[in-house]
Amino acid sequence: MASALKNQRIAVAKTYKLYIGGKFPRTESGRYFALEDKRGVVIANMCRGSRKDFRNSVVVARKAQSGWAKASAYFRGQILYRIAEMLEGRREQFIAELILQGSTPRAAEREINRSIDRLIYFAGWADKYQQVFSAVNPVSSSHFNFSVLEPTGVISILAPDDSSLLGLISNIAPAIVGGNTCIVLASESMPLCAVSFAEVLHSADVPGGVVNILTGFRAELTEFFASHMDVNAVIYCDGGKAVARTVQELAADNIKRVVARTRLDWAGSDAANPYLISDTQEVKTTWHPIGS
Amino acid sequence: MAQTVVNMPTRLPDLSNVPAVDEVGVNERVARFQSRSIKKSSKVEALKLILSMIDLTTLEGQDTPGKVRQLCQKAIHLHAAMPGLPHVAAICVYPTMVSVAKEALAGHDINIASVATAFPSGMSTLSVKLDDTRMAVDAGATEIDMVISRGAFLAGDYRYVFDEIAAVKDACGDARLKVILETGELGTLDRIRKASMLAIHAGADFIKTSTGKIVPAATMQVTLVMLQAIRDFYYETGKMIGMKPAGGISTAKLAVHYLVMLRETLGNAWMTPEWFRFGASSLANDVLMQLMKQSTGVYQSADYFSKD
Amino acid sequence: MATPENKLAFSGGWEYDPAPQSTDHITLNKRYGLFINGDFVPPARGRYFDTINPATEEKISRVADASSDDVDKAVKAARAAYNGAWGRMKPAERGKYIYRIARIIQERAREFSVIESLDGGKPIRESRDIDVPLAAAHFFYYAGWADKLEYAFPGRTARSLGVAGQIIPWNFPLLMASWKIAPALACGNTVVLKPAETTPLTALKLAEVVADAGLPPGVVNIITGSGVAGAALVEHPGVDKIAFTGSTNVGRMIQKTLAGTNKKYTLELGGKAANIIFADAAIDEAVEGIVNGIFFNQGHVCCAGSRLLVQESVADEVIAKLKDRMETLIVGDPLDKNTDIGAINSPMQLEKIESYLKIGREEGGEMHQSSCRLPKKGYWCRPTIFTGVSQSNRIVQDEIFGPVLAIQTFRRYDEAVMKANNTPYGLSGGVWTDKGAKIFKVTQAIRAGVIWANTFNKFDPTSPFGGYKESGVGREGGLHGLGAYVKLGA
Repeated sequence: MASALKNQRIAVAKTYKLYIGGKFPRTESGRYFALEDKRGVVIANMCRGSRKDFRNSVVVARKAQSGWAKASAYFRGQILYRIAEMLEGRREQFIAELILQGSTPRAAEREINRSIDRLIYFAGWADKYQQVFSAVNPVSSSHFNFSVLEPTGVISILAPDDSSLLGLISNIAPAIVGGNTCIVLASESMPLCAVSFAEVLHSADVPGGVVNILTGFRAELTEFFASHMDVNAVIYCDGGKAVARTVQELAADNIKRVVARTRLDWAGSDAANPYLISDTQEVKTTWHPIGS
Repeated sequence: MAQTVVNMPTRLPDLSNVPAVDEVGVNERVARFQSRSIKKSSKVEALKLILSMIDLTTLEGQDTPGKVRQLCQKAIHLHAAMPGLPHVAAICVYPTMVSVAKEALAGHDINIASVATAFPSGMSTLSVKLDDTRMAVDAGATEIDMVISRGAFLAGDYRYVFDEIAAVKDACGDARLKVILETGELGTLDRIRKASMLAIHAGADFIKTSTGKIVPAATMQVTLVMLQAIRDFYYETGKMIGMKPAGGISTAKLAVHYLVMLRETLGNAWMTPEWFRFGASSLANDVLMQLMKQSTGVYQSADYFSKD
Repeated sequence: MATPENKLAFSGGWEYDPAPQSTDHITLNKRYGLFINGDFVPPARGRYFDTINPATEEKISRVADASSDDVDKAVKAARAAYNGAWGRMKPAERGKYIYRIARIIQERAREFSVIESLDGGKPIRESRDIDVPLAAAHFFYYAGWADKLEYAFPGRTARSLGVAGQIIPWNFPLLMASWKIAPALACGNTVVLKPAETTPLTALKLAEVVADAGLPPGVVNIITGSGVAGAALVEHPGVDKIAFTGSTNVGRMIQKTLAGTNKKYTLELGGKAANIIFADAAIDEAVEGIVNGIFFNQGHVCCAGSRLLVQESVADEVIAKLKDRMETLIVGDPLDKNTDIGAINSPMQLEKIESYLKIGREEGGEMHQSSCRLPKKGYWCRPTIFTGVSQSNRIVQDEIFGPVLAIQTFRRYDEAVMKANNTPYGLSGGVWTDKGAKIFKVTQAIRAGVIWANTFNKFDPTSPFGGYKESGVGREGGLHGLGAYVKLGA
């Protein structure tokens, strides 16, 4: 017995933190919430992110946005591809976390596979969606007129609660591949993968501030995600009519774009098409005379 | 021949400072002028003003003293059936016809303009051009319409073009100098704007679009750009420069549009024959027909107006 | 050029005689009902209000004041048409009806333009050359999309939404009606449109066109009324989509009202566009662009270039030329073919503009107006510019919606872009330079939906229009304008 104890290695548990501006701080509020498994055993103490964490995230997301938008489409595509590569290399960790949060091994494996493939899918769109959605418009006057997409800006994302990795990625990838930066509130009931995904993002050289991930309580943070005046669009994925009303009402204060992705089949084409990119794009039309 | 040039302006302007011109914008502005609706007494007033601004022109190789005399007669008596008409501003002829015109116009306050400087191509030496100019002035021309050396201008030899204009200006003595840019050969509105500035700085009293021998001749677009150059020079110096669109203006309606453009670009001070001319031969009759229609209410036929 | 020392003279001398467009070929009823289910019907509560000619302050006609009962009736008619003839119609046939509307507007163009100028105060030159031809072109453009929607949304299937409630402003009454109705119909929806209170007449004439074109009853319903009717339309549970053009404040209210309802919406709201003039621009054309930018349609234009940012080295020249150009603008009778600036649309709007003129002066701005004479009756405002103002001035921040330009200077590129973007709005912008690379740099940097480079205030049915930020949501016009009237599915 003594020798058995002697040989036992104590595992090092991970501290799950927030991801803000390319760094992994604890919540400024010092609060936490205990994440338990089905049997009530504490898996981890998660950061209970605050409105100030959100506010700080918007500041860094805004700061990062113009640079990220100016990066070439090729570059953004490579970064997304790199995220997929990093995720591939850490499959086992994510499978373990998914299982820890209640997934069956088969379902967990399916989810990680789909998540990696979803990243590859959107990585490929980086230098193509513009070609699909932009237009040269044949105006009647002597002008060259064209419409292109530009990122809407800073996006707040209330990620789906029931699809903690695939749903998360299906929201982040189309937002950032189009040059937006985002602040994401992770699944409340299954937040582990989101924090680990932040580590993947970090190791994939995603510039700091492009993606910011908070964990915490939906009921507490939703209003700030919807109302912040320096956020240009808000995406929400679940909740009933009451959530929809709250988000839309508060979003109206600065005419935010509101994207509802409720009742989406995250595994299907609803969550894998370029219109998810155009949801957070603005159409800019430019006129110029044609003359000598 | 050695040239003794007096009062020759020597400051070739920095043409890189001449503002750019946007062709589509110019077209749009011209369309706005053309959308002005000129009716009733303002039309009559405009038509009479147009008559008074005409440089009645004949510049044919087959011109004869007889034809020039007929033209002078027309210049004095535009249309017997309509009393109270103004006379034209000038007649415009080749140097060899100046003396004929001078005789025919004796006692009348009508200018004699002569083309000079190896008109219309300008393809000759400076000395020939200066002789040409002096000959016309000596014969009685009160106005000289010179052509610039387009070849030199297009080649970028602005100094040459500038000095040539300055020398001709000097040779003009008291005669007013109109500098023809031959815009149809300059190609772009940007070059026309530059050439206008160059001519003005070199001593032009008037700038003129065309010889009438090249298509396109005057257009409203080209004229607007030249008026803008005149305006810039006026803003800067307070000195007025005249404008003469020539060639291709044969209807009263079009001429009225030119007046609208003149009024809204340079203002009232330019609305006189002293500062604006139409170089035209058939315009006068169309204006007369329109005036007749205004006074009688009946649409007119060209058969009732003398063609000289 | 250095500061121009010498002024040009534009008053006196040869002047243009009045050239009024005759009104003898138009017919207007003394009273108009609501156009519901293919017929003009009296309003449920029997109330009417006057529509006034803002140039003469005279009554032109009386129009129905729709109540929520009338709105309900119109929405039900639209629903019935959607579930009935229109919904079942082959897209190509639907398109042919829309083509008919375009053709009839072209045929009745003169009548439309005269009524537009009578009712709204805009110069006949603009209603004749811009509003009415563009309205016809808009129907013509979208008609052709009706049977081609599968090519507009690759990979997805576009389906119509149902009943669209549409609320339009008073600055381009017929044109805005066509911007709203044409794409809605092309995508297979039916509509209930509410024109603005002060400019209902061309929408009612359009109702006649719709009837003449033989559209099935209820496909297009036009209800006149106040904001009460507009609110009833927004709140009506039978409406699937709201399209609104108007102020940002009302847009915000609409967005809040629609919260939690699943109704789609597009909003085309306010603006405070910067027109940026670089020293290397084609200056004379730029001055013309400034004039078009702010004095077009009395400045009652959401995308107006109401802020001028001019590079310091040419500022004096540009301002001097602008002042001279303003002297040649003819303000007066909207029906006169030579009028450049017509009547301010309503006494309320004139009061608002005048309050801003006061604020501008009180905050230290230097005001300059053209010296033109104004008619005695009617609502008028001279073209006005303010210099000596900065970003913190209210006339620089607020949308005035009148012929009032706030001028600032800048030295460097970044300063111009910073000032241009330093606003909650993002509808349009202008840039003037002769340098191609700079055009691309600036047009990319400005956060706005429509950028005019070396031109301003150009519109075309094929060209998407709409704003970033608080200037709105969604696009109207072009391929992108279709997205506002469909839902996409697998």
